[in-house]
Amino acid sequence: MARLTIPYEEYMRSGHAACPGCGATLAMRYLLKGIGRDAIVSIPACCWTVIGTPFPTTVLNVGMMDSAFEATGASISGLRAAADALKLEGVTIVGFAGDGGTVDIGLQALSGMLERRTDAIYVMYDNEAYMNTGVQRSGSTPRGARTSTTPITEFSRGKVERKKDIMAIVAAHEPAYAATVNVAFPEEFVKKVQKAKGIHGPRFFHALAPCPPGWGYSPEKSIEIGRLATDTNAFPLYEIEDGKYRITRKLGRAKPIEEYLKAQGRFGHLRPDEVASIQEEVDARWKRLLQLEALD
Amino acid sequence: MTSYETVEDLPEVCIATEPSDQIETASWRTMRPVIRLEACTKCNVCWKFCPDIAIAINEEGYPVVLLDYCKGCGICAEECKPRAIDMVKEG
Amino acid sequence: MPVQVISGNYAQAYAAKLARVQVISAYPITPQTTIVEKLADFVASGELQAEYIKVESEHSAMQVCISAAGMGARTYTASSSQGLLLMHELLHWASGIRAPIVMGVANRAIAPPLSIWTDHSDTIAQRDTGWIQYYAESNQEVLDTALMAFRLAEHEDVRLPAMIAEDAFYLSHTVEPVDVPSQEEADAFLPPRKARDIVRPGEATRLGSYIGPDLYMEFRYKVARAMERVPATMAAVEHEYERITGRNHGGPLPLYRADDADAVLVTMGTATTTARSVVDALRARGEKVGLAKLRVFRPLPVHELRELARTVDRIGVLDRSYTGGLVGAAYSEVAGAMYHARERPMLQNFIAGLGGRDITPPMVEQMYRRLIGAGGSEVEWIGLKERKEVA
Repeated sequence: MARLTIPYEEYMRSGHAACPGCGATLAMRYLLKGIGRDAIVSIPACCWTVIGTPFPTTVLNVGMMDSAFEATGASISGLRAAADALKLEGVTIVGFAGDGGTVDIGLQALSGMLERRTDAIYVMYDNEAYMNTGVQRSGSTPRGARTSTTPITEFSRGKVERKKDIMAIVAAHEPAYAATVNVAFPEEFVKKVQKAKGIHGPRFFHALAPCPPGWGYSPEKSIEIGRLATDTNAFPLYEIEDGKYRITRKLGRAKPIEEYLKAQGRFGHLRPDEVASIQEEVDARWKRLLQLEALD
Repeated sequence: MTSYETVEDLPEVCIATEPSDQIETASWRTMRPVIRLEACTKCNVCWKFCPDIAIAINEEGYPVVLLDYCKGCGICAEECKPRAIDMVKEG
Repeated sequence: MPVQVISGNYAQAYAAKLARVQVISAYPITPQTTIVEKLADFVASGELQAEYIKVESEHSAMQVCISAAGMGARTYTASSSQGLLLMHELLHWASGIRAPIVMGVANRAIAPPLSIWTDHSDTIAQRDTGWIQYYAESNQEVLDTALMAFRLAEHEDVRLPAMIAEDAFYLSHTVEPVDVPSQEEADAFLPPRKARDIVRPGEATRLGSYIGPDLYMEFRYKVARAMERVPATMAAVEHEYERITGRNHGGPLPLYRADDADAVLVTMGTATTTARSVVDALRARGEKVGLAKLRVFRPLPVHELRELARTVDRIGVLDRSYTGGLVGAAYSEVAGAMYHARERPMLQNFIAGLGGRDITPPMVEQMYRRLIGAGGSEVEWIGLKERKEVA
């Protein structure tokens, strides 16, 4: 097979119910290419509950279990406990949860799983709102974004608060490995997953999953939007291993955030001063990341 | 596919085992990708980025659109560097 | 068969150990704490080979059990009161996914105001979750019932989770002599779990799934049918246990001196012991009274209750809980069962012993007085401190 840059084998099937151009589907696709057949994936209530097709069909070609919304962290602790108790070899336990189900309602269970050092991989696929229920804001929605609960009126300019830095929260738990990944960069995505698979202990991925209906862009632009997110430093790609930060994709010069914002309807209302403020925030976070990388 | 219509048909527990690819999502689309093979460089980017795994690679290394599943999102056409894919209106 | 003098909590822990549970999830709450502490000792010493997951909340405790059971493991957890309430969402999940989880509950009152003392509101508030529910009267019963619960819950005809409720402090912390079966006896009674409909690595299955209006009802019907099969299966399990250990706790509604009784009180938990001594005292004075212990609350022993109604005219139900109804929950359940009895008895509801208020022999006697004499309202709170108007 000529020039394949990621493994050919698929561990999920067509026929699923994701929107055209869905980033969350690609996140699962690349994740499973990195892990393979012996994965058991726990998902809470999220887009993937519905993407995963109704009874009696299933999309994944690996084991899958539904859990309560806030309990992904606990679910994977339970799966790992069972795998160990039943002496099952070579099983990779994966939690695959949305941003709402992780940074908001699922934060406690994630923290518990990390603190307990559960040997499992937790993947937060981030479409930056409660998308499955109709684009309501989550703690992971970026500042300024329009959502159905942060509408644009003369009094309301979209989400007021900044995006929760889940990687910082996870890093504070000293995981075995943590990394950001982006569906627009599948080679790196798969490589990081393969690396994580070989590491024992609690591992975490923050995966950017662009969402056409939620973010307000035409579906064919999903990869382009994902690329812009990283190339403007809105979503830097880095990993944390044994406490050491390493940025894995660095452009010579980041593109201006305006390019990323104006490509999406959810930011269409932003005035130049608001864009400038977001640019400042992105620059500050990037600077801090560089400082973290420089630490020993 | 096994027919599930009555309580007797169902498994005791809500456990799903039928593959999803018996569901054809072709009816979702309003546009369809058409690949001009003479312009194709076999880079496989279209296969790589398809969220519906609706592009397969044939023996010669060329991409083939699986029209039973393609939802017409257009990512393949957008990402194709040599611009070998056109999105054509359905019907 | 060694007799040990142990608390109800330790009895729970011994049962889980003898059952060779494989995954335990533990979160502390008074007065359940010594269950999980004892289990921690068993695991740490190597006496019990189990994965012991120290979760960060009761909600997570139940999710751990559900997910572990979904892969085929035998699981156990324990809680009380607020913790049990926090698990509520997942109790429904456990029965819906047909996970044979066994859980010990030290019955404790519900806040506010915060109380660590006993009443049944916590487990009664879970009566709609599809769990088998037992209420134990003694520590011996706690151990035996918990051990039997594993076999019942995992039985192919059942596949439903089970909770064993024990009164806070009266049983959880009070030591009583308990005949602890040997591991050999336990192994003879309880083989390893033969799990079905689970998730295994390398297999493309989805446990849980989602569904539209087309087939949801049919899955719920399966749970209802499973509940219907519990009484017969439970009887068989208890028969087998008696064969191995010589002990039988009398099925779902053991009777005491009820045959020729004019009035019978239905009790749950440790109040039964008090009521039994009052029955003896009243009988000695020529009063024909009896007792029915509601040992299994779910599934409700409808058949046994209607049988009781054939010979007894006056039945009182002692609710050691109050969960917002115009009548007590146990009373409404019993009344519901009696509605279609061939002969409907007079029914009366007594609410007593909430928040650890002691149910004393004089209180129980007062209940029998009410039953025997005519009049009195349908629901009466016994032992309530109130300023009575003197006419």
